[in-house]
Amino acid sequence: MARRVNQISRFNVTSLALGLAFLYLPIVILVIYSFNASRLVTVWGGWSLRWYHEFFNDRAMLDAAWMSLRVAAVSATVATLLGTLAAVGLVRGERFGGRALFSSMLYSPLVMPEVISGLSLLLLFVALNAERGFWTVTIAHTTLTMCFVTVVVQSRLASLDRSLEEAAMDLGCAPVQAFLAVTLPLIVPAIAAGWMLAFTLSLDDVVIASFTTGPGSATLPIRIYSEVRLGVKPEINAICTMVIAFIAVVIVMASFASKLSSSQAESAAPL
Amino acid sequence: MSGRRIFARPARYAAIAPYVWMVLFFLVPFGFVLKIGLSQTAIAQPPYLPLFDLTEGWGATKAAFAQLSLDNFRLLLSDNLYITSYLRSLVVAVTSTLILLLIGYPIAYGMARLPRRWQGIAMMLVIVPFWTSFLIRIYAWINILQHDGLLNQILLALHLVSAPVVWLSTDSAMYLGIVYSYLPFMILPLYATLAKLDPALLEAAGDLGASPRAAFWLVTFPLSLPGVGAGVLLCFIPIVGEFVIPDLLAGSGSMMIGQTLWLEFFTNRDWPVASAVAIALLILLVPPLLLYDRLQRRTLEGAG
Repeated sequence: MARRVNQISRFNVTSLALGLAFLYLPIVILVIYSFNASRLVTVWGGWSLRWYHEFFNDRAMLDAAWMSLRVAAVSATVATLLGTLAAVGLVRGERFGGRALFSSMLYSPLVMPEVISGLSLLLLFVALNAERGFWTVTIAHTTLTMCFVTVVVQSRLASLDRSLEEAAMDLGCAPVQAFLAVTLPLIVPAIAAGWMLAFTLSLDDVVIASFTTGPGSATLPIRIYSEVRLGVKPEINAICTMVIAFIAVVIVMASFASKLSSSQAESAAPL
Repeated sequence: MSGRRIFARPARYAAIAPYVWMVLFFLVPFGFVLKIGLSQTAIAQPPYLPLFDLTEGWGATKAAFAQLSLDNFRLLLSDNLYITSYLRSLVVAVTSTLILLLIGYPIAYGMARLPRRWQGIAMMLVIVPFWTSFLIRIYAWINILQHDGLLNQILLALHLVSAPVVWLSTDSAMYLGIVYSYLPFMILPLYATLAKLDPALLEAAGDLGASPRAAFWLVTFPLSLPGVGAGVLLCFIPIVGEFVIPDLLAGSGSMMIGQTLWLEFFTNRDWPVASAVAIALLILLVPPLLLYDRLQRRTLEGAG
């Protein structure tokens, strides 16, 4: 009787399968068509790497891709540093002045429409008379992505057993020393996952980058976006497939990191 | 206990750098949006008349404050374009959030019912598209929906339609794009609460004679409401200000408020009106943002 209530039903399996098919089919179709030899997106002209060649001969696209990678790497690194510090402050800092404001500021960008963040940052940069380009986009992406890093690291930190650190302190560690020797190694996988999330989010962003970049320093998504508005080009299929492949590698690394995290946590803190 | 107190101090200092960063690059910029939203339109570079300049001293600043104008906000209220796009944003956000909930719930429920080791894989499968560029995912749909795209080819080959159907640049395409992009945002919080439910509760309901359906509506669904709340807010708030998806998939008819802001800023180069639109959008979003903030803090800090 009890079994029946708890059993996985055909309905569960069907909705799950349909949901995953919905999520993946368009991407799979895109990847397949990126190898299409035909110029017409709809006519299958056999397998070919033609559009990949086209990409590697497109100076503007290559520059944009390089710009995107640099912005993503720098902003993800700074965001990880700041986001981790913020998570430590929030989870372990107890009460401090303006704590509510601080955590509100960290949660709002997660959901706030990007047009608002983009516009407000641009107006700041204009007021500061800052030249728009690599650094303004990087600062904008850091601000957005550090909030995601904070959430990732914070939830890991909150689930750690605090008595481990207290034990280290009872054994004579200074608080900072206890944190570095005991807690930090336990949250490294979450920090790594946070970095990768920040990196891919930065690589993905069109709206904020459009507001904060200057002439001649377009990121890859900005370029793709302006091409897509003009219609479908097979070259875009190839670029998108490469971005997907690149991100897939990053994800595999992230999942490896999180697996490491859970197995490490289990061996260090058996619950 | 005393160890804790000693510990609290350096941890608090850790927050200083990110705190300063967020004030500088998140809070202060809103001051500039407000300032420019209250200034007058001018055709210059930057295209607005600054109303006050702190370097000119206190007297000039005071005089400037007296001049602050609400003209831009009056314009928003008097012009149908803004009111229409404001309302359209709300309608689109409410409709797509409801569709997302209807589609997302059964998927999250199915995931939570899987055997433990399959749950991790299923969650990974849902997260992967979220990590994949959403611009690319929208572009993938353009490939399928365009005039001679795959969908029309299949429909024609099956003789379901006699001529290609217009899919692209319609509201249906936009809803499809929004639902597709935001689905993981709905599934993940729902799954998180559903997976945490104690199966013993359902067993108890079963032992007491509840049918699976009754057990779901009396036990599972009410207990999953925090996840429903998080998922709904996580989707609703950003959809209201959505720009890229309606721009690429919807027709050229009425715009959403995010598109209006973009148009005012980049095409009309009217910075003051764009700022005023941003403020109006923000005002619309303050209640759901506060709600989300409370929910987040309760779940995250409750765990600690």
